[in-house]
Amino acid sequence: MFSSDNWQEIFQTIKKNKLRTFLSGFTITLGLLIFITLLGLGNGLKNSFNQFFMDDATNTMFIFPGRTSMPYKGYNVNRTIQFKNDDLADIQKNFPFYLEYITPRIFRNGTVTFNNESNSYSYVGVSPAHQVSEKTIMMKGRYLNDLDVKEKTKYAVIGRLVEKDLFKDKSALGEHVIINNTAYKVIGVFQDEGGDNEERRIYVPYTTLQLIEKNTDDINQIVLAYKPELGYAGAMLFEEKLTKFLKEKHEIAPDDQSGVFVRNIADNMNDNQQLSGVLTLIVTFVGIGTLIAGVIGISNIMVFVIKERTKEIGVRKALGATPFSIITMILQESIFITLIAGYIGLFLGIFVLKMIGDKLEDYFILNPYIDLGTAITATIILILFGALAGYVPAKRAARIQPIVALRDE
Amino acid sequence: MIAIKDLHKSYKMGSNVLHVLKGINFNVEEGEMVAIMGSSGSGKSTLLNIVGMLDLLDTGSYTLDGVPIVNLNETKAAKYRNKFLGFIFQSFNLINYKTALENVALPLYYQRVPKKERDEKALQYLTKVGLANWATHLPSELSGGQKQRVAIARALAAQPKVLLADEPTGALDSTTSYEVMQLLQEINDEGKTLLVVTHEEDIAKMCKRIVQLKDGVIIEDKKVNQIRASEYV
Ligand SMILES: Nc1ncnc2c1ncn2[C@@H]1O[C@H](COP(=O)(O)OP(=O)(O)OP(=O)(O)O)[C@@H](O)[C@H]1O
Ligand SMILES: [Mg+2]
Repeated sequence: MFSSDNWQEIFQTIKKNKLRTFLSGFTITLGLLIFITLLGLGNGLKNSFNQFFMDDATNTMFIFPGRTSMPYKGYNVNRTIQFKNDDLADIQKNFPFYLEYITPRIFRNGTVTFNNESNSYSYVGVSPAHQVSEKTIMMKGRYLNDLDVKEKTKYAVIGRLVEKDLFKDKSALGEHVIINNTAYKVIGVFQDEGGDNEERRIYVPYTTLQLIEKNTDDINQIVLAYKPELGYAGAMLFEEKLTKFLKEKHEIAPDDQSGVFVRNIADNMNDNQQLSGVLTLIVTFVGIGTLIAGVIGISNIMVFVIKERTKEIGVRKALGATPFSIITMILQESIFITLIAGYIGLFLGIFVLKMIGDKLEDYFILNPYIDLGTAITATIILILFGALAGYVPAKRAARIQPIVALRDE
Repeated sequence: MIAIKDLHKSYKMGSNVLHVLKGINFNVEEGEMVAIMGSSGSGKSTLLNIVGMLDLLDTGSYTLDGVPIVNLNETKAAKYRNKFLGFIFQSFNLINYKTALENVALPLYYQRVPKKERDEKALQYLTKVGLANWATHLPSELSGGQKQRVAIARALAAQPKVLLADEPTGALDSTTSYEVMQLLQEINDEGKTLLVVTHEEDIAKMCKRIVQLKDGVIIEDKKVNQIRASEYV
């Protein structure tokens, strides 16, 4: 059935019925072209959107201690709240279901010296999870790890600009810097998309900092991340429970608004995330819509084509064509056309996106792209449906009795 | 060659049933040229279509060249049609985007004859019907008589045992009709069996036997002295 003779017969019908071939091919090509272009532009829109809003991890909460504004349980008003290491442990113990990671922050400013160069920087005592919450990117060396925290090592991870300031063109890795009279070994250099300020920072294990500072267990802030699958509602609930828990623990009046502050990035991220989600939804919707339109288009054309060929099919059957040979003839033809047209559409679409490139950056379309998997899947879907769209009427046509097909109108 | 016994055929039209053929008994020997006559609606085409396996009988039996035609599925019918039968229609039924040669070669394609041999044979039959010079023309470039000759060449190409012609001259003027009949007579002279449905007396008389159908039964079946079409041309 797939002999070269067979193909010759098919090429002939394709060649001699140019309009029909063009119509069905054009539908597929156009459908794919629109699908790929729209999806690509949508992705571009999302790209620039993410670039604007998504510097830090979005499932993060910051907890700051404050001063009480109400007397409570015999305590005076205006009491300063101090977080300690056991706050970390208690949160971890009580909220395992919500918590993804947690890290303290102890902010300090100080003079940092290497050889003759010295400058003032802020340095922060943290635990390893802080890397995730700040989306810190390591350029060389490594970030702090759990062992550093446990052993209170005198290791420091420094920002790109710290290295540039103090070490000029040399590498800081393995060198020792003096931070407020204590020598730390540089184990890593990082960059951060948050801007110059964040790249002029130094991270050290918070336990080391506590040890040096008279062996306290005070901490300034707590940063934590909840599990993203909680969603917005879950995050809100967690925030509520956590606030209540901390107020109880530190004996702050339940309606005291200034004892502890919990800032949830989801609060201001929620709108953005919703917008981004809506964007994804619209793009998906439009994409599926285009595909469906393409499938409907090709189906209609196939029905029309086969209606037009009813008589021809009747003649062929009278001359000895079996139903099987009729079906394979029509299918081979439609698959061949959709395959070629599909490839053209695929490459045309990708080409259009390449041409657009960054030309539309002013319209918030950044680096429009479509991942090849999606594009190929769409192509295959269209080809498959094109074939199916041919198969159904072809099967019906093959079953028509030849006299019915041949009857004069 | 053809043996039909007690054939009945009816069509369902909504709730009522149209009994078209009501017990046909009919035999055709090899080399015969039979005209089937009758008024419009008497069942001529229906009978021919059943003989041609384009349509199915309800009851009765039909044997073609010793092969009982029963349990016909579409695929089997297609094979028999290709092997045993050639069709000539009133409206020619050529495929409009194929040239005369390609139209004639089509039944050979379904016999899986290789392309080169197919074209040679097709040209041979086109020559036989006097249209060798028109081989590369499309049907739209041919006159009615020429189209019917291409159709006859196509019917012959598969070398069938029986040629079935339903009003082969119905769409042609009388001169052209006689030319076509002359061609059919020559084919019959070579021994091919022919069934010709017509309602024209003069065309029927150019066959060797006339069968009269009326209301679904054969009312007359007689041998006649064949009038040669060449006398009119
Ligand atoms: N597929 C069908 N469905 C229903 N009725 C049919 C069908 N084919 C034929 N008939 C009916 O059967 C009867 C006989 O039809 P048939 O075509 O055999 O007549 P005919 O003798 O060839 O007539 P004509 O000279 O007009 O061609 C007619 O009444 C016709 O309407
Ligand atoms: Mg008729």
